[in-house]
Amino acid sequence: MSPTTTPRSTTPRTPGADLPEHPDSLWRNPEPKKAYDVVIVGGGGHGLATAHYLVKNHGITNVAVLEKGWLAGGNMARNTTLIRSNYLWDASAAIYEHSLKLWEGLEEDLGYPILFSQRGVLNLAHTLQDVRDSVRRVEANKLNGIDAEWVDAEEVAKICPIVNTSSDIRYPVMGATYQPRAGIAKHDYVGWGFARRISDAGVDIIQGCEVTGFVRDGDRVTGVRTTRGDIACGTVALAAAGSTSVLTDMLDVRVPIQSHPLQALVSELLEPVHPTIVMSNQVHVYVSQAHKGELVMGAGVDSYNGYGQRGAFHVIERQMAAAVELFPVFARAHLLRTWAGVVDTTPDASPIISRTPYENVYLNCGWGTGGFKATPGLGWVFADTIANGEPHPYAAPFSLDRFTTGALVDEHGAAAVAH
Amino acid sequence: MQLIECPWCGPREEVEFSYGGQAHVPYPESPAELDDEQWAHYVFFRDNTRGTLAERWNHGAGCRRWFNAMRDTVSYRFSAVYRTAEPMPASVPLTGAGSSSASATTSTTTSTTTTGR
Ligand SMILES: Cc1cc2nc3c(=O)[nH]c(=O)nc-3n(C[C@H](O)[C@H](O)[C@H](O)COP(=O)(O)OP(=O)(O)OC[C@H]3O[C@@H](n4cnc5c(N)ncnc54)[C@H](O)[C@@H]3O)c2cc1C
Ligand SMILES: [Zn+2]
Repeated sequence: MSPTTTPRSTTPRTPGADLPEHPDSLWRNPEPKKAYDVVIVGGGGHGLATAHYLVKNHGITNVAVLEKGWLAGGNMARNTTLIRSNYLWDASAAIYEHSLKLWEGLEEDLGYPILFSQRGVLNLAHTLQDVRDSVRRVEANKLNGIDAEWVDAEEVAKICPIVNTSSDIRYPVMGATYQPRAGIAKHDYVGWGFARRISDAGVDIIQGCEVTGFVRDGDRVTGVRTTRGDIACGTVALAAAGSTSVLTDMLDVRVPIQSHPLQALVSELLEPVHPTIVMSNQVHVYVSQAHKGELVMGAGVDSYNGYGQRGAFHVIERQMAAAVELFPVFARAHLLRTWAGVVDTTPDASPIISRTPYENVYLNCGWGTGGFKATPGLGWVFADTIANGEPHPYAAPFSLDRFTTGALVDEHGAAAVAH
Repeated sequence: MQLIECPWCGPREEVEFSYGGQAHVPYPESPAELDDEQWAHYVFFRDNTRGTLAERWNHGAGCRRWFNAMRDTVSYRFSAVYRTAEPMPASVPLTGAGSSSASATTSTTTSTTTTGR
């Protein structure tokens, strides 16, 4: 646990004083080679983590990660870094908990600070139905070996004293689920840590390299066309998050995702006031306090499809209204900055990790509003799926054909205020 | 906040409207003849165009009627609004990946395309 988890500090801190120094060198910027064994499209957290486990678990190093913009500049740079594994269904529990366990050892694995701070998450319940759903989820979590408990409103007030637990509120807090091992991490450091590791191992990270087409031969893809020339490949792994459909349309593969703007905001830097993470489906906001001191908050997607990396201000206004309702002290905080990413949502709020109609093309997408927490876990199972040519057991339930068989993994409840 | 032009009420603020997703996805003509894959495509699969998309919108805080609109999913700019009974305006050039299937959507119900190819 980092020092910032202390609810009330008495001595003033310099914002950012406990952040580590940046190292001199992070990764190489090579020219693309003519061919690679594995080409990963998308240099966000998932693409980088997949390359890491291809190297580490399978000894596959002739790998390129192609990124159209700058490294980890998509949703990886824009997310609010909540990490938890308290999802309802066994399939989700397996992959998210696998990921959480990897987070717990990731700093050592990468040899790079990621400021993973396990400060716990409260998912508030405000209605009787919320209470029933929450208790059910806690019991399901326990059966899957995930730390979860049901806490009443008094305990909520002990864990996070600034939440308004009085009855003088439109939707009084009736209790919450609590996962103590949940936390936050420094998203940029996570991206850079993976990038540094894989670059040292020989993986080529090619920035400013957009995939614009595929070279097909029957049911194989033999190469990718990019803004930096054609690159031949043994295997293609798609990890393009919100832009996935643009790529799958080029492959004539239909994927049931819709890309939406998802916004977040931060306040100016404040003394530590918020010791944990609080999420509320009903009042519709979630808040944590970053290491430097900003209150970080977010809520649901903008309603319409959008690739613009920006959203509408009335959505931000509603997030702030919800936050002030739950945390009256925030009325004095100032909004510093808002931004948006493009998230790839699915009909059942679960990801797609799948083979495709092409023998050597693998698909990872559909993490929507909640894939940061999955970064190491997804990387692990996607690398395994690519290396073995068949789905890792944790990936299998998330295949594309579940929409045909009807075996959906409905996580709309646990996906919470989207995260 | 954007002004969106309701074809009945005229321009109103964005907050008065709700989004209904891709337009021109008709209910299957012979539902009993659809196999699981065809049903899946009717129920779960929609275009996710980066560019101009034909969409359904509802003017919930006004006339409460549905209408269709052509909107760019990158700039979010509306290029046309039209009543549900009217055909998709031909004058608006469809751009961007995935747009080819916008006009082919009606065939989703009858074609037997597999997941993908
Ligand atoms: C505001 C916001 C808040 C969020 N909060 C949370 C949270 O608290 N917890 C959580 O778990 N998740 C959260 N998420 C979701 C999470 O960020 C994503 O699910 C996750 O980052 C997706 O994986 P990624 O990191 O690989 O995506 P990205 O970082 O988006 O990576 C995809 C990359 O692919 C690149 N790309 C796309 N097309 C091409 C192409 N044709 N050629 C080359 N490169 C291409 C893009 O430029 C991009 O860099 C949030 C997202 C947003 C936007
Ligand atoms: Zn109207």
